[in-house]
Amino acid sequence: MPVLKVNGSPHEIDLPDDTPLLWALRDTLGLLGTRYGCGAALCGCCTVHADGKALRSCVATLADVAGAEILTIEGLGTAATPHPVQAAWLEIDVAQCGYCQSGQMMQAAALLREIPKPSDADIDAAMSGNLCRCGTYSRVRAAIHRAAEFI
Amino acid sequence: MTAIMPVSRRFFLKSSATALGALVLGFAPDSGAQETRPSEINHWIVIHPDDTVVLRLTRSEMGQGSQTGLAQLLAEELECDWQRVRTEYVSPRENLARGEVWGDFQTGGSGSIRELQEPLRHAGAAARIMLIAAAAKHWGVPPEECRVSAGLIRHPKSKRRATYGEVAALAAAIEPPPVVPLKNPENWHIAGQPLRRLDTPDKLTGKQVYAIDVALPGMLNAAVRACPIAGGTLRRFDADAALALPGVRHVLKVDDATVAVVADRWWQANSALDALAIEWNPGPNEKLADADIAGRLMEGLVAANGFAGAQAGDARAVIGAGGRMISADYSYPYQAHAAMEPINATALYTEGRCEIWAPTQHAGACLETVAEASGVPIENCEVHRLHLGGGFGRRLYHDYARMAVLIARQVPGTPIKMIWSREEDMTHDYYHPVTRCRMTGVLDAGGSITGLHMRISGQSIRGSLRPESLEGGGDVRAFHGLNQTDGNGILGYDIENLLIDHVMYNPPIRPGSWRGVNLNHNLFYLESFIDELAHAAGRDPLDYRRALMGKHPKHLAVLNAAAERARWHERPPEGVFRGLAVANGYGSYVAAVAGVSLNGDFIRIDRLVVATDVGNAANPELIARQAEGACIFGLSAALYGECTVEGGAIQQTNFDTYRVLRLAETPKIETVVLQSRDFWGGGGEPPIAVATPAVMNAVFAATGKRIRHLPLVKSGLLPA
Repeated sequence: MPVLKVNGSPHEIDLPDDTPLLWALRDTLGLLGTRYGCGAALCGCCTVHADGKALRSCVATLADVAGAEILTIEGLGTAATPHPVQAAWLEIDVAQCGYCQSGQMMQAAALLREIPKPSDADIDAAMSGNLCRCGTYSRVRAAIHRAAEFI
Repeated sequence: MTAIMPVSRRFFLKSSATALGALVLGFAPDSGAQETRPSEINHWIVIHPDDTVVLRLTRSEMGQGSQTGLAQLLAEELECDWQRVRTEYVSPRENLARGEVWGDFQTGGSGSIRELQEPLRHAGAAARIMLIAAAAKHWGVPPEECRVSAGLIRHPKSKRRATYGEVAALAAAIEPPPVVPLKNPENWHIAGQPLRRLDTPDKLTGKQVYAIDVALPGMLNAAVRACPIAGGTLRRFDADAALALPGVRHVLKVDDATVAVVADRWWQANSALDALAIEWNPGPNEKLADADIAGRLMEGLVAANGFAGAQAGDARAVIGAGGRMISADYSYPYQAHAAMEPINATALYTEGRCEIWAPTQHAGACLETVAEASGVPIENCEVHRLHLGGGFGRRLYHDYARMAVLIARQVPGTPIKMIWSREEDMTHDYYHPVTRCRMTGVLDAGGSITGLHMRISGQSIRGSLRPESLEGGGDVRAFHGLNQTDGNGILGYDIENLLIDHVMYNPPIRPGSWRGVNLNHNLFYLESFIDELAHAAGRDPLDYRRALMGKHPKHLAVLNAAAERARWHERPPEGVFRGLAVANGYGSYVAAVAGVSLNGDFIRIDRLVVATDVGNAANPELIARQAEGACIFGLSAALYGECTVEGGAIQQTNFDTYRVLRLAETPKIETVVLQSRDFWGGGGEPPIAVATPAVMNAVFAATGKRIRHLPLVKSGLLPA
């Protein structure tokens, strides 16, 4: 049976290998913090990390991520030991409805991993595939700059 | 915040000596056991023995932050410890069972705070008085000698103290005071402060449960496909082909136009939809296209008579007399809500009982839908409420709840989670209504307006969804923001000869409330055209407006505040062009100044200054965030948003064809929050109405091109 490594733990997954990672996470592993928004890599709600890089889990299949280390919002940090991105998101109070924010934070964490002190242009380039209908964009930008100070 | 002081056990032993204490606290006089149950002080407030204060709220939290704002207002009067406050949804079933003590649940019209501030502040103040009275009675001291701060009651003379949690059970038995004085907002220390939202922590770790995350034992998942053509129905589908696929348990006809696949997992259900090879009966709208709708709306622009709204003098006579006449036509297309959480609901039907877990903006109406669709008496139905992944008006309509129940009804005893794909969501919306407008103005030699006729031709939400609510054949809501008297947004200009009228045409594409509703197009039309007249008159658009606003000091105040913050009186930096707009709607006054720059055909919106007078801000930081969010929601529509109709069906299916604003395109938005105190206005919607015309007026200043037909991308100009 194929093994999926998520948040440091291996899981045996009995699903066809063309199943999108998103639905394996949500419906099989019960990791519901990764959200469905568009199913076509157009909104970024479903962003997770695969080997440290941001990945749209709604279009990545289990075959695509075979052998990769998957990190979801549940593995990013906890309330007691938040990732710098989560700490900054709390301080700036970024979220409105919050639905897209798992994806925003995963995307931001991937950016900071690559560029620890991103410029506004870096943020524009990295974050413009993550849609937010509540309009938290300016707070997202501020929180990324703040998270960079924590790192 | 005052720290909670440890309280001696003696208080409880003493309280147990009284009959009331023994009864209410519910412990044996000699055991010393403490009350463990929470106490309902009144229907809004429940206090636990550990001092947790639960505020029971009716309005849905969909990102607007009103649960935090309402909690601040209530906590302010209650004088409880803000750190111990949490909120809980009221069940609509319990509301019915208790004679609707909580009123209605509709979360819309930027109404949560302005409609509930009075009952909640009174409830908080009454509860505070009852808690103090309970402690004072117990101590045998006059209540007026007691002091309270952060949920701690003290009697300084005797040095006694008790927490709210300790006296809650006694307080619940105290008669509520008949008259409750409220605090002067100038003295607020919890309300009116820029406190952080109560609902943030769970949204940072993925723990927040939205309706789409509901997981129940034995639950199956449903995907649906409804006829994409308005008014079309199912002709046939191949259930067997879908049933042969892995995980598929049921293929169900939901209603005349919808079929569902129920499977172990949602991905299986959704993938199996294609195997159904559905054929549709297209129905009467098979040939309906945008051009047909536009043609009918253009007829409305020239129809002899309309349903009249604002009127002064004789606009028709002034226009008929000639002079310097300026006329322009505008339009505003259909828009989808496209909340990030797609439409979904989970329903469980068993014999004689039906429950739903739904992201509803109106739990009361949702409950009625569940009862009607299930055939179960309403007292045996329930709506379980969860925070919404965005609402924007879409979730006021319970077509999806009905659908979930109709599926669950066919699988009794099994919870069914129905999720619409994004494509299903975007093609089965209740769209922002489509309208056109002809503006006609006459100027005197000095360029001042002597007559103005605003003819709105378009779709009415009421006329489409609830025609029985029309008055005299017309829709008074069509004049949102254009009224001469209060109630639905006041026009901020005094024009000697004025006529605003509406001609209704309701295409079969269903419309609905879309953040801002009719204010959006009305103010786009009005504020763009006033700008046209100012330019025609060779006058500064700010001064031109000010001259018309003598009788509207609150409109003028926000316009001045925005202009001042944007330094309108100074020349803008080289390459920056500006526009402005002002409005009143949802009880609030709002103005915006936009700054844009141009690079070839690319327009960059650099800055928006928004000034808003909401009367009283429960939390000014929430108001600022709502202003930012409203501007971004409005600009998505203004720059890109358009749902088009072809063959009776909406053509946009996902975020590739229904483009919304992205982080890189977002201007710097600065909000000035004014509080003139003598009213309560809404925060979530009004800024949309000014963001769009302010930007389009700035685009004109930059390019000389007047954007009269949204979205901007249709004009050949491109956002950058």
